[in-house]
Amino acid sequence: MSHDAFITHELIEAASSGPLAGRTVAVKDNISTEGVRTTCGSAMLAEYVPPYDATVVERLKEAGATIEGKTNMDEFGMGTTTETSHFGPTTNPVDDERVPGGSSGGSAAAVAAGEADLALGSDTGGSVRCPAAFCGVVGLKPTYGLVSRYGLVAYANSLEQIGPLAPTVEEAAEFLDVIAGADERDATTRSQGDDTNYATATDGDVEGMTVGVLTDLVEGADDRVQSAFENSIDDLAAKGAEIREVELDSLAHAVQAYYVIAMSEASSNLARFDGVRYGESGGFDGDWNDAFARSREAGFGPEVKRRILLGTYALSAGYHDKYYKKAQDARAWIKQDFDGALADADVLASPTMPVLPPKLGESLDDPLQLYLMDANTVPVNLADLPAISVPAGTADGLPVGVQFIGPAFGEEQIVRAGSAIEE
Amino acid sequence: MSNGSVDPAAVRHVAGLARVDLAEDEVEAFAAQFAEVLDYFETLDEVPEVESDPDLANVLRTDEVRAGLTQDEALRNAPDTEDGYFEGPPVG
Repeated sequence: MSHDAFITHELIEAASSGPLAGRTVAVKDNISTEGVRTTCGSAMLAEYVPPYDATVVERLKEAGATIEGKTNMDEFGMGTTTETSHFGPTTNPVDDERVPGGSSGGSAAAVAAGEADLALGSDTGGSVRCPAAFCGVVGLKPTYGLVSRYGLVAYANSLEQIGPLAPTVEEAAEFLDVIAGADERDATTRSQGDDTNYATATDGDVEGMTVGVLTDLVEGADDRVQSAFENSIDDLAAKGAEIREVELDSLAHAVQAYYVIAMSEASSNLARFDGVRYGESGGFDGDWNDAFARSREAGFGPEVKRRILLGTYALSAGYHDKYYKKAQDARAWIKQDFDGALADADVLASPTMPVLPPKLGESLDDPLQLYLMDANTVPVNLADLPAISVPAGTADGLPVGVQFIGPAFGEEQIVRAGSAIEE
Repeated sequence: MSNGSVDPAAVRHVAGLARVDLAEDEVEAFAAQFAEVLDYFETLDEVPEVESDPDLANVLRTDEVRAGLTQDEALRNAPDTEDGYFEGPPVG
């Protein structure tokens, strides 16, 4: 049964034999693949063929992986359900009437349906962890700077990281070992990822580990999600972890801060799509400004326009201090709160998503309601920290994910905690 | 523009700044949605000022000539080109 996980199904062969030899990988369609079109789920880039590979794609090929194709996504990564794709929605392999989550919904569905062994997504405010939770697979958002963003089509570059999706924590960790590490073509990368061996940390040994439960993020969740989450925490306690409750006042402002910053960066990053260097031109008459505005009207979907306009508004004269500056204050506060909490705990835990996967079409009409679904994932991106979503069983037959958040470059702790709750 | 209320003229103004034309029904829909979203953003007023000391370091390398894209590769995705250049709409 097809779930429309792929926009382009085209094999890209391995360049050599390595740790991923014989494995197939699905790649989100905002990650550049030389000679294979990369659409970002947008009409604007429907025929765009990158002349180079992203660093992560080079590393996959060198590690022996075969790329299976390019996966469906919310347009330019803007969405939580994969319904804003110009190419139509992907469906959730667990329940075809439901969304797979977003924006890396195609990547999660490809892994959940067995159409690829592994997949790459990108996570700006939860876009790897959300679809992992909704599709019942593992998704990991690395520390900012661990994985190169060279070749990732930028949406909100201070927030986003490329991350792995896999059936198990161990496979996600092995995959992260392949793609992590400094890259001279991305000056925001750091050397902490150069010689990692996260896979060996997936030993399930949480004896003596301190787990801080983020009560602010548990209380807002659906009762069925809460109960699956609590079972996982009980499981950790039974395996010797020490559980404590953590309250962080700053988290109440995370969604607002996230959207102000992400939309502001989007308004700038998406200015390049003008139908001249790339993008559909539409062949409109008129001067430079008129022709651009009409190309962009035709090329972008509603959610992309909404975010570009709100970002332009937030950065415009008279509003910068009110929105953007306050959002940066909130970001600093959230970082400070997380640093404090992680001084007393090895990892922090919450449900990944506060809700079960909605039905297709159920959540699109009200943008604010859609944005609120991201409450548990966006704080991590604002704080530049690593987090993993691991399946925590089901509620009413639908997957629930547990999220573990670690300190910067503390990927070992989160994969260890995640491996302990796997069935 | 007053806080918390976004009229269609404000949406058109911002759309002009962002170089995105909008259909009339989009302007109406966005005006209502923007009012709701911006109202929600108002709660950022409660955020205290925070002293932050970002962990930044310069990342420098020697400036050296390396192979880049060829002219053909750089132009490959342009809808219109002429004599090896990008062709854009007329200016002004």
